[in-house]
Amino acid sequence: MTNTKIVSPKQDLIYMAILSAVVLTMPIWLQPFGAAYPDLMQKFMIFGIFAIGYNILFGLTGYLSFGHAAFLGVGSYTAVWSFKLLSMNVIPALIFGTVLSGLFALAIGFVSLRRSGIYFSILTLAFAQMSYNLAYSVLTPITNGETGLQLTQGDPRVLDRMSGIEANASLPTPNLFGIEGVGYSGFYICAALLLISFFIYLRIFRSPFGLKLRAIKSNQNRMGYTGFSTRPYLMTAFVISGMYAGLAGSLLAVTDPLAGAERMQWTASGEVVLITILGGVGTLIGPLLGAGIIKYFENIFSAFNETVLLNAFSFLPDWLAHPVASVVGLFVGEGWHLTLGLVFMLIVIFLPGGIMEGISRLWRLVTRRNKAEPVAGTHENKEKEQASAGEV
Amino acid sequence: MSEYILDVTDVDKNFGGLRALSDINLRVKKGTVHAIIGPNGAGKSTLLNVIVGRLAPNRGRVLLGDQVLTGKEPHEINQLGVARVFQTPEIFPELSLLQNVMVPAFAKREGIFKMNFIKSLFAEKEVREHAEHLLDDVGLISQKDNIAGSMSRGDKRRLELAMCLGQQPKLFLLDEPTAGMARHDTNRTIDLLKRIKERGMTKVIIEHDMHVVFSLADRISVLAQGAIICEGTPEEVRNDPRVKEAYLGGESE
Repeated sequence: MTNTKIVSPKQDLIYMAILSAVVLTMPIWLQPFGAAYPDLMQKFMIFGIFAIGYNILFGLTGYLSFGHAAFLGVGSYTAVWSFKLLSMNVIPALIFGTVLSGLFALAIGFVSLRRSGIYFSILTLAFAQMSYNLAYSVLTPITNGETGLQLTQGDPRVLDRMSGIEANASLPTPNLFGIEGVGYSGFYICAALLLISFFIYLRIFRSPFGLKLRAIKSNQNRMGYTGFSTRPYLMTAFVISGMYAGLAGSLLAVTDPLAGAERMQWTASGEVVLITILGGVGTLIGPLLGAGIIKYFENIFSAFNETVLLNAFSFLPDWLAHPVASVVGLFVGEGWHLTLGLVFMLIVIFLPGGIMEGISRLWRLVTRRNKAEPVAGTHENKEKEQASAGEV
Repeated sequence: MSEYILDVTDVDKNFGGLRALSDINLRVKKGTVHAIIGPNGAGKSTLLNVIVGRLAPNRGRVLLGDQVLTGKEPHEINQLGVARVFQTPEIFPELSLLQNVMVPAFAKREGIFKMNFIKSLFAEKEVREHAEHLLDDVGLISQKDNIAGSMSRGDKRRLELAMCLGQQPKLFLLDEPTAGMARHDTNRTIDLLKRIKERGMTKVIIEHDMHVVFSLADRISVLAQGAIICEGTPEEVRNDPRVKEAYLGGESE
């Protein structure tokens, strides 16, 4: 999980092939879990992109940003505006969403990266909350405030009109040259973008650039005396992860073309931190797992309500079923964040490296039977991670 | 171009009311090993910090060859050819030994900043082989894929030496390279330092261990209470009464 081996590009291609197979067959193998419907799978992809982008910053450089939802929001708003003004085609929406978020990240990063550690986190949080409040109130002409930015029949859609596409009675849907951005086709658009994003992310991880980012996380002091200026590196990582967030935000708008300010709130920033830590900070695949698991359980748990619970506990005597159902009810439905919080606490305490650490521990348990391998550095690493988890 | 690679002129450094360095003048000839000795708190590490740009002097000037170092950032000074090992090894504890040595090699090749995230690390064969060669030099090649943080202190020091050597610095600063090492490890390090001496790299060494100093140094400066009280060959320094008084005390080396 520490990525200390230098991996050949061939192994990476195999990695990509396996991932592509797993992602593209999702509609099949997710069926037994009851998760094979497009809306949820789109979320897996979108939050996967968000999380791997976030991992480039947090996982590689160790800089904990609490404001990435701002980039998600900028991506969404930009995409919806692109639908309104230019075309319902997703390509301009995605390009503008990503680029504008990148520029936005450049501005925020320029200020925030003057500090490190907790001060950096606070600065990013402050910027994100400012963006949220601006979107909610002052910038109402651009963001449509509380109501959220929506498509209307009368939008200009200059490019579409030029090429003679008129909206009929219903509202138009975002599309990729006729392939609709909703339903299963929407999922495949998201999946393709996830795979492209993941490929770039993999290259970054395996490149000298990625190595230098990890060196910054490991010992920024040494980095200075080694002849690197760390700020441009951090800046680049920050902008790249902002662009990933922007892409995720525009995809949210592609699959459901409206954008609201709540997308930029700090809870949304917190969510991506949670996803990354749950999956395994700094690991390649961890953030994807984290995104899948959190979105899956959010979906399952929040669907429960009182009646469902009472049914589930109907085997108990009546006087017991009601109290049990109301206690359990605290942890599901609206209160599913309580469950999430508990799981998160357990992970941070017992598995600071996230699910990926759990997997690698299991793996060692299995392989140790075959050979007594030296597990150099595991202990020290764990302490390190615990320390950094404590900072979180 | 002078024959001196390092030229420190009239350097003062104050911390609040405390005068840590006063009127330091130090010249180091190209290709020599220059040791700085002195009792604890004499200002040896402060002097190194001024040279590498960690601290700005209140007065005075530091030259590397004919380039002014004063007022530059540590990474700029490193790019001009000054490498340093620290009193407590500064390595990248989460990375493997090989990666630890590759990072400075990239710095040497690419300068202060370069965006290179398309090419795979694996494809950087030249840098990798160079790093492996360096690890072999310091006797750590067998552990190249281990995580650096788990090594013994002596090994960490040797790793740090390899990291700095990989940059082929014009001036190599060593802050107590054998502190906290067992005698056996110390001797190995001396051998290593002697070997790199043959490569004609200029070195400035701060050291407490007289055995190390007298087996390596061409010239010695003695620092006491922030001032250089004596400079000369090991022979001269050994016999200087001021040094005996200030530093060696009753000890007869």
